Amino acid sequence: MLNATLSELSGALATKKISSSELTRACLERIARFGRALNSFITIDESRALAAATRSDELRARGEAGPLSGIPIAHKDILCTRELRTTCGSRMLENYVSPYDAHVVEQLARAGTVLVGKCNMDEFAMGSSNESSYFGPARNPWDTRRVPGGSSGGSAASVAARLVPAATGTDTGGSVRQPAAMCGVSGLKPTYGVVSRYGIVAFASSLDQAGPLAKSAADLALLMNAMAGFDPRDSTSLERPKEDYARALQMPLSGMRIGVPREYFGPGIDAPVRAAVDQALRWYETQGARRVELSLATSRLGVPVYYVIAPAEASSNLSRFDGVRYGHRAAEYRDLFDMYCRTRAEGFGAEVKRRILVGTYVLSHGYYDAYYLQAQKVRRLIARDFVQAFTQCDVILGPTSPTTAFAIGAKSDDPVQMYLNDIFTVSAPLAGLPALSVPCGFDDAGLPIGLQLTGNYFSEAQLLGIAHRYQQATDWHSRVPRETPL
Amino acid sequence: MAWEIVVGIETHVQLLTRSKIFSAAASAFGALPNTQASAVDIALPGTLPVLNRAAVEHAIRFGLAVGATINRRSIFARKNYFYPDLPKGYQISQYESPIVQGGSVRIAVDAGEKTIRLTRAHLEEDAGKSLHEDFRGMSGIDLNRAGTPLLEIVSEPDLRGAKEAIAYARALHALVIWIGICDGNMQEGSFRCDANVSVRRPGEPLGTRCELKNLNSFRFMERAIEFEARRQIELLEDGGRIEQETRLYDPERDETRSMRTKEEAHDYRYFPDPDLLPLVVTEEQISVIRDSLPELPEARRARFEREYALPAYDARALTASRAAADYYEAMIKASGADAKLAANWQLGELAAALNREERDIAHSRVPPEALGWIVQQVSEGALTGKMAKQAFDASWSTGEAPQLVVEKQGLKPITDAGAIDKLVDEVLAANAKQIADYRAGKEKAFNALVGQVMKASKGKANPAQVNEILRRKLAR
Repeated sequence: MLNATLSELSGALATKKISSSELTRACLERIARFGRALNSFITIDESRALAAATRSDELRARGEAGPLSGIPIAHKDILCTRELRTTCGSRMLENYVSPYDAHVVEQLARAGTVLVGKCNMDEFAMGSSNESSYFGPARNPWDTRRVPGGSSGGSAASVAARLVPAATGTDTGGSVRQPAAMCGVSGLKPTYGVVSRYGIVAFASSLDQAGPLAKSAADLALLMNAMAGFDPRDSTSLERPKEDYARALQMPLSGMRIGVPREYFGPGIDAPVRAAVDQALRWYETQGARRVELSLATSRLGVPVYYVIAPAEASSNLSRFDGVRYGHRAAEYRDLFDMYCRTRAEGFGAEVKRRILVGTYVLSHGYYDAYYLQAQKVRRLIARDFVQAFTQCDVILGPTSPTTAFAIGAKSDDPVQMYLNDIFTVSAPLAGLPALSVPCGFDDAGLPIGLQLTGNYFSEAQLLGIAHRYQQATDWHSRVPRETPL
Repeated sequence: MAWEIVVGIETHVQLLTRSKIFSAAASAFGALPNTQASAVDIALPGTLPVLNRAAVEHAIRFGLAVGATINRRSIFARKNYFYPDLPKGYQISQYESPIVQGGSVRIAVDAGEKTIRLTRAHLEEDAGKSLHEDFRGMSGIDLNRAGTPLLEIVSEPDLRGAKEAIAYARALHALVIWIGICDGNMQEGSFRCDANVSVRRPGEPLGTRCELKNLNSFRFMERAIEFEARRQIELLEDGGRIEQETRLYDPERDETRSMRTKEEAHDYRYFPDPDLLPLVVTEEQISVIRDSLPELPEARRARFEREYALPAYDARALTASRAAADYYEAMIKASGADAKLAANWQLGELAAALNREERDIAHSRVPPEALGWIVQQVSEGALTGKMAKQAFDASWSTGEAPQLVVEKQGLKPITDAGAIDKLVDEVLAANAKQIADYRAGKEKAFNALVGQVMKASKGKANPAQVNEILRRKLAR
């Protein structure tokens, strides 16, 4: 049952083959069994989860149930929740409890899901390995000496290890897709504005977008049906008619044009990753899809642009953590300025400080034009590149990450190497485009490989369909990590 | 050669909206600390700003009133700095692209009128308040004011000296109240001015300026500018140099003190706020607001001169505030009173009474209809000036209608010519010397005789009638 898809679980709940209480208890047992080794949760609340499951069963008995009713889920610890603390993986918010729920949390609660806990993450979502968490790194269930990716590493590891059937993440430069790839699960970053950012602790406001992580594309579609929607509390939330993200799951692949940017297959990509992605591409061709070779000349600019814009916005977004109203405050200080310095020196970890410094620098008088403004201009070029590409193809295919999961500690002393891991994922958020990652194979060490599909604005349903068709023909996504057997 | 004092003024106008500029919390003044601060205002993690439409409409209203360009697209930016009463660590303001650009305000100066150009007006949020007095060894933070909508109005350095600066500030103050975007309450900080002051020899380029803060009344503003100009002139005449800096006015010591120099100025690291989309204003929105604007002070002043044949001075005084102009027109409309006489009464007796009690004309104890009736009675000769004054005073203090006062006190002029004849005869009989003096060409003596008759009538005779009868009798 723990390896079942959401629609299978939904069916089992509907036909009373299993109750939400039983399902939730099974998840909690699995969390108890593997959670510590994986360190994929920051906070677990068994009694609240079981109470919520009981309530869900009662509602179902009264006939009040939807497709996600009674399904246990976990939230990345960047989504504000009233019931559980929201730490953002930081000492700064170690004991912070939000007085309100994030829009996404509300929406999934309204859909009847049962919240079992909050997942580990890179501190304030800054990182590609989960190593920057104040609560220690989450571990990859395929090899616990390795990182799960980041920043939504705890969410990806938890879904991969079948601790929960689904989890939320947020993606700013790849934080949903890259850990999904490294943990062998499916993850979607929606079009910017499709999911409300209200209640998501801001990292880089113009890039942040919440997305689901689950075992399959079909599951992602069900989760998106609950997560997406207009929210007047977020000025960048888009007012669009409600859509069914599962509507195109059976879409035909014949005649579909798959864009293959040559920049996505250049040097720097591990051979097994390239081979697996190639193989997936060939499968699509056997289904009648057409390969369109193209160039995204700006792709090499994505990482430098991203690492100007994201830190710039972060340096401002994180100013509110000043020790005045909530969160960590230094125990001793001489004066106001000293209180700020000590509070922030103690409350933030090294990677967060690095990005605040970079961001402050690029916004400084005299540097703004050369860095921030220039980055914004290049960002527009990147978006234009994609718009142009989508006149020639329907979807762009490539690897999610140039490598499979690396060892914990392998890149932590070299931020630039770490940042380069985001090379294929930063462009979609810079352009505001939707993109997803689904498993497409394993390397020689048995580590999962992710296939990334990037679509035009609001093409989530088509992307999910394209991925779902692939998952109907492959079983990469249903394999269970060897370190967390069922 | 004389020095020229150059002043530019930045004004923070708190906009009259029910809720804050980026949150739904109320923006009323005077609530208990931190009871009007929502999750957005105290910058809880995950909260986001949503722009208040009413604040935008007020900004447009102002822009139209001063003949400015309304930018169809303007941008909110973040101004980053740390301070405990700035919850987000940045203030949302407009930087490179403000909503209102240009425009002008006309002011009265000694030589007549002068046009003061505006640079811009932009929307921003107010910060909270730090309270240092009430807490021993600690500071209190009240975030009720955080997020209150402000319109910052920046003038060009077109003002010469403190008097012009005050005239401008007063005109702006009157205007923002006139168009209903601000309550104008300076004690509560609804209208706050900073002045940029520099001095130069006429014809020379602008001197180095100092920004004066804490000018929370027109009087302080005048004194601060005068002090600062004197300070700069003395410094320059002693061969010194002006440092660009921000200075604080201390009303107790009547001086300005350095707050921070240019070197100490913050690097605010402005950048467009990614949480807010560019503010786009449509033609339709603008035309709806244009149609809803009241007649503006300048237009109304010109109309008063034209329509009521009032002298320029009267027209300006009567349009100093919308409430005053409304009072005047209500008075005329209700009574059909003589326009000039009505103006005299409003600017004389009524203004004096209002001043005595520091009362706003909108809350006058004598309503415009009542004053109009009094003025009308005077025009018709139904009340003498003295009676009218009596009626006004009684009406003011008791709140009774003047009609009732007149009836109660029997205020009625003696119009019967025979009765006045008799009074005149009595006075003439008793004042042989004045008669002789008058006949000797002393006009003063005539006035004394009129006074005697009026006295004898207990003020009830019509002075014109008394005059006429007296002349006739003395001519014989």
